[in-house]
Amino acid sequence: MATATRRTRPRRLSIWAFYIAPLILLLLVSYFIPLLGVFSWSVTEPELGVSQYLRVMTDPGIHSILLRTLRICALTAVFSVFLAYLLAWHWVYGPPLRRKIIAFAVLVPFWISVLIRAFGWLALLRPQGIINSTLTDVGLISDPLPLVRNELGVIIGMVHFMTPFAVFPLVSVMRQVDLRILQAASGLGARAFRRFFEIFLPLTLPGIIGAFFIVFVFALGFFITPAILGGGRVVMIAEYIYTQMSQTANWGLGAALATTLLGFVLLMTWIVSRFVDFERLAK
Amino acid sequence: MKRPRLTRYLPAAAGYLGVCFMLLPLLAVVPISFTPKRHLSMPDGDYSLRHYAELLTNQVWQSGILTSVVVGLIVAAITTVIAVLFAVGIWYAKSRYTRLLVGAALMPMAVPPIISALTLYFFTTRASIYDSYPGVIVAHTVLAIPYAVVTLLVALSQIDPNLERAARNLGASLTQTTCLVILPNIRFGILASFTLAFVLSWEEISVTLFVTSLDVITLPRLMWSGLRESIDPIIAAIAVVVIALSALCALIGLRKEK
Repeated sequence: MATATRRTRPRRLSIWAFYIAPLILLLLVSYFIPLLGVFSWSVTEPELGVSQYLRVMTDPGIHSILLRTLRICALTAVFSVFLAYLLAWHWVYGPPLRRKIIAFAVLVPFWISVLIRAFGWLALLRPQGIINSTLTDVGLISDPLPLVRNELGVIIGMVHFMTPFAVFPLVSVMRQVDLRILQAASGLGARAFRRFFEIFLPLTLPGIIGAFFIVFVFALGFFITPAILGGGRVVMIAEYIYTQMSQTANWGLGAALATTLLGFVLLMTWIVSRFVDFERLAK
Repeated sequence: MKRPRLTRYLPAAAGYLGVCFMLLPLLAVVPISFTPKRHLSMPDGDYSLRHYAELLTNQVWQSGILTSVVVGLIVAAITTVIAVLFAVGIWYAKSRYTRLLVGAALMPMAVPPIISALTLYFFTTRASIYDSYPGVIVAHTVLAIPYAVVTLLVALSQIDPNLERAARNLGASLTQTTCLVILPNIRFGILASFTLAFVLSWEEISVTLFVTSLDVITLPRLMWSGLRESIDPIIAAIAVVVIALSALCALIGLRKEK
């Protein structure tokens, strides 16, 4: 038996190599090597050295953009996870029709382009938009509320974009909760409130942390929704990199910011992976 | 003991409020698409199909749609072929090194989009395929690969590993085993990864902005400039068509589920 497997192994190794090679080669040439190229820009453009990183560390303008990015992403993650928890709960435990309605409300937006979704929010939140014109017609307000082209608009749009990404891991964690534990708690006299806060919430905590992390990290590198709903006034790190590259052609600074961002994302991934088993979230 | 009504209906009401939040921006574009005016506005009693008619006649938007469909189909085909090969290879190998390879294949999904955009900009300019069809196709393929690989690995995980051994014992070569036994068993996974890759390419914007400028103009690029400059109600017409199609697919899919 042992000799038989040894005899077939070398031949099979070369065959999977043939199956796996096209994808790995494509990514190597068009992704991994160019990624190193981007890192190299950060220390060679416009001249050799760490001047771009020094600028990232000292420039107060960049600091305020970084702080704003962290603030908006953290708020987005909090609201998305809260909403996603609610939706996931109904998706897993609701009656059949409600489950379908929730699935529809999560999956349809998920499939639709970020541009169309940002456009929908623009149509709702603009000064002449549906919400403001309805409120004015009813007579509740005389001047339109500032709902868009500010942080509020950006956060609304980002929460809407990110919520489905938070729903999926939460649904997967909730499905793994053993309901007999809740029945046991109920049998021992725990009321609904206590059953939720002392049992269900702690059991789903890995999902909450995982979902928060996924949304936060995803939001960090995202610039389409902020660019459209922020209208150029709520510049976040990714949009700032975009303008550095496309308008001012400052490749060195753009690359240094991107490298810093990637380093931060890797650090967060490492920290969170010590608390959360990501494979459990994907089940 | 009679429970108070409020706490009984509160969770469901909160759930439906969440549903409203998710669907509201999609519903909002519907009335706008029927406005008779040239600028973004609500139709006040007067409805018109002019923006839908424009969708069918306007050269710029038509070529944008055509570009996106062509790019999307090529991307979906290439992605599916190499992702199927990769996933089947990983499934055969069952080695401990495959975790690393799968991790590498999933990386473009985990890296923030802005960094993928810079990376692919670097690649397309160095390979002299910036602002060309091959450039956009490679960029979209790289981004679609992780999603296709995940879908296919899930489909393969449902197959009984003995199936391969049985086929091999009966004298099938590895290629025969792949084509006649494995692939038919994951046909839904293959279809799903093709669809996923097409949709991802069809709506890709953040990387497309970095790898194209004037020659290759996809539909999302047109919408991007349309949204940033003057908001053209034709975007609402396109949005309604896309939303209606997605909603239809979701309804069909959810009807099949129990």
